[in-house]
Amino acid sequence: MDIVQLISLTVSITIFVVVIELIRRSHLKERYGLIWLAASIVLIIFSLTRSLLHYIARVIGIYYPPAFLFLLAIAFLLVLLLHFSTVISMLSEKNNRIAQEMGILKTRLNDLENKMASGSSATSGEAKR
Amino acid sequence: MKILVVVPAYNEEGCIRGVIEDIREHFPDGDIIVINDGSQDNTSAIAGSLGTRVADLPYNLGIGGAMQAGFLYALQEGYDAVIQFDGDGQHHADQIGKILAPWRSQEADLVVGSRFLSDSGFTSSVQRKIGAKILSFVVSSLTGQRITDTTSGFRVYGRTTLEFFCSVYPEDYPEVEALILAHKKGLKIVEVASEIGPRTGGRSSITSSRAFYYMIKVLLAIFVDLMKKID
Repeated sequence: MDIVQLISLTVSITIFVVVIELIRRSHLKERYGLIWLAASIVLIIFSLTRSLLHYIARVIGIYYPPAFLFLLAIAFLLVLLLHFSTVISMLSEKNNRIAQEMGILKTRLNDLENKMASGSSATSGEAKR
Repeated sequence: MKILVVVPAYNEEGCIRGVIEDIREHFPDGDIIVINDGSQDNTSAIAGSLGTRVADLPYNLGIGGAMQAGFLYALQEGYDAVIQFDGDGQHHADQIGKILAPWRSQEADLVVGSRFLSDSGFTSSVQRKIGAKILSFVVSSLTGQRITDTTSGFRVYGRTTLEFFCSVYPEDYPEVEALILAHKKGLKIVEVASEIGPRTGGRSSITSSRAFYYMIKVLLAIFVDLMKKID
């Protein structure tokens, strides 16, 4: 095992452990953590078996094997960003609905308070809606 | 038949009083709710002082989000229809009877009041006129029926439409898109002539220079809507 391999293995395992730890302390939700776990496992595999990296690169037609790693990293980032965009869309939609429901609830609360106030103070007992 | 007039308002302190008094005078049968879309001025306080129900949204959602809040409220309170009546004073409450008619006779799930169907003396800038023509052409072709005033915010929504728009309603500049979505959903759209005047105060969210940008954005949104899955 040469130095490069040792460094890449250490980095990959560190990422893996950090993600697990974040999930364990609930700083990261499992569903968002999975994609990171998958990425770090791929990194670990490639660190352990450099021949695999060379083999795949050769099969695809990439002459410089580390370029294949860059390709993987870019693909991973793209997927992650797309995933985040969908999450943001979902969150903004939910956020809108909360704001709407809150506005409605305040209105109803006001209505109710007015009704109660006029009900208790009105001598005629006839409360205007 | 319980009918709710939804008045979306964003910074309309100059107009809101007139709008509410207009509705009360000409359409006393309807309940009114002002959706205050996170205004920074006194819109909410003025509407509240008139004894109108006001729903204050915690921050600005845009006209689409504000109207949807009105739709939600209407359904929760068991209303049969919603009339959209913009808070800027460009709609006239004496026209409400006219745009309610197709809904009352069950000919329409969605009624649109059009300023272009009759000669109401409505004038606007050249850019806006061209934009309105193009949008009208596109929407008419796509829905297979003639719709002259696609951006009109003077509308009646029946119950089925309300239920649909509670789950799907575009956020900003929703009027044009809503027509396409309603058509895809199979809702009956009817356009009637109605007088719509210039706004009585405040500022439109669409300035003349932004009219072109607005049109492009809406056209793009329409094509996205065409591809959208609707169930």
